[in-house]
Amino acid sequence: MAQTHLQKVKTFKNIVFYGIIGTLAALTLAALIIIISYILMNGLSHIDFEFLSQDPRKMGREGGIFSVIIGTLYVTGVGIVIATPIGVAAAIYFTEYAKGGKGVTIIRFFTEILAGIPSIIFGLFGFAFFVIFLGMGWSVISGGLTLAMMVLPTLVRATEESLKTVPMAYREGSLSLGATKWQTITKVIIPCCKPGILTGLILGIGRAIGESAAIMLTVGGSLRVPTSLFDSTRTMAVHLYTLASEGLSMERTYATAALLIFIVLVINGTATLITNNLGGSNGN
Amino acid sequence: METKFEIEKLNLYYGSFQALDNVDMNIYRNKITALIGPSGCGKSTFLRTLNRMNDLIQGVRIEGTVKFDGKDMYGLNYDVIALRKKVGMVFQKPNPFPKTIYENIVYGPRIHGEKNKSKLDRIVEKALYEVAMWEEVKDRLQKPALGLSGGQQQRLCIARCLAVEPEVILMDEPTSALDPVATAKIEELLKELAVKYSIVIVTHNMQQAGRVSDYTSFFLNGKVIETDKTEVIFSNPADKKTEDYITGRFG
Repeated sequence: MAQTHLQKVKTFKNIVFYGIIGTLAALTLAALIIIISYILMNGLSHIDFEFLSQDPRKMGREGGIFSVIIGTLYVTGVGIVIATPIGVAAAIYFTEYAKGGKGVTIIRFFTEILAGIPSIIFGLFGFAFFVIFLGMGWSVISGGLTLAMMVLPTLVRATEESLKTVPMAYREGSLSLGATKWQTITKVIIPCCKPGILTGLILGIGRAIGESAAIMLTVGGSLRVPTSLFDSTRTMAVHLYTLASEGLSMERTYATAALLIFIVLVINGTATLITNNLGGSNGN
Repeated sequence: METKFEIEKLNLYYGSFQALDNVDMNIYRNKITALIGPSGCGKSTFLRTLNRMNDLIQGVRIEGTVKFDGKDMYGLNYDVIALRKKVGMVFQKPNPFPKTIYENIVYGPRIHGEKNKSKLDRIVEKALYEVAMWEEVKDRLQKPALGLSGGQQQRLCIARCLAVEPEVILMDEPTSALDPVATAKIEELLKELAVKYSIVIVTHNMQQAGRVSDYTSFFLNGKVIETDKTEVIFSNPADKKTEDYITGRFG
């Protein structure tokens, strides 16, 4: 009898814990679904061809967000293009060349700190250094460089992690055939790491594309389509902030937000697809 | 008989641990030399001094001389890349790259500058033919190498090694991860390869050493106890310790 009682208690406990954990998991999912669907419901109905193809008029009260979309892709793209080679090179240096030296520990420590710094601080630095000191002004390049600094820690970390998962046996196999270390890295190790590097890039793009504070301080808020790296422009996150905080147009705020979410989803989806395909051709 | 490697008074240390103690040995051309001995006796370490793979490990210190074709391999300005091209290696666990079968084999020739597509095709066919795998895989050269069985993967690794036209092949327990059938195939292959290549093989399996090798060297605690023709080692060893090991009294 005692045993069945114990069993009952156990079963009861199981059900309770299962219930609690399940509810919490559902809450997480619910939060995501509610936010996304709220934005989409309010925003999608205001997205039409005019909104996508025209530049904003009257500070964004009227017209579309064409120049803002271009500005967003431009600034984010520049940031990622600057950050990727630096980040990948740094990760390769840390894992393949400077294995566990004191210098690396210190650099890694600072990289971690860099990852936790609020974006407004990056913005302030970007403003003081790129915009003012280097005289780049409010421009795509100032913003791109600032974003690159913000994205670097994530990218370095993700690349490092995936480099570490490449088995030593591949390195030995390559070197034993008379390959140089550099050939081994570029022809064997990096191809194995593409999915990991891509994951880092997605996380980086996610952080960069949604950034508003740092961008306002370094890119400015011009509503024209940027034609050069030294033009000021406006990103969707900044546009969204301006529209909402100045009460210019709630409809366009939601429409911009919906489009931003959509773009992030598309980037994520594409990257996942590419990652899966890479895995396939590698035979993993 | 031509000597490929001359090893004299070789000492190797991992930090303060001495892994090889005063090793003297000659390795002959177109012969199969087997290195036997209990785990941790230094035979794999010794094998890895022959293509300088120990260079990859931090804290390794090497004394003495290792001559390859009469030149000191550990001398100043010795070209390690050229050495490894001539001295190929097959590892304990098959380690094909996560690429296609074709790409695995052309990897070596490509890094050494071969770009001609039809030449590469011929290299692939020749290498696979040499390891008796051409018929098995000729229709799926563009399939992932990791989809092959363990034995096939190991033979592919041998083919990958042959594709750079080495003179010596070092094998570090190449059959220990394989089943008996795959092992038999590799052993058969070894004898055919010995016509063209000099082979040094580390093995845990004494029968294997007896079956395939011309020379056998017995290692114990970092020392070479004796090296001789395989039939002498197995029938009439000079040292009591060799006899004890071979008859299974320890190890």
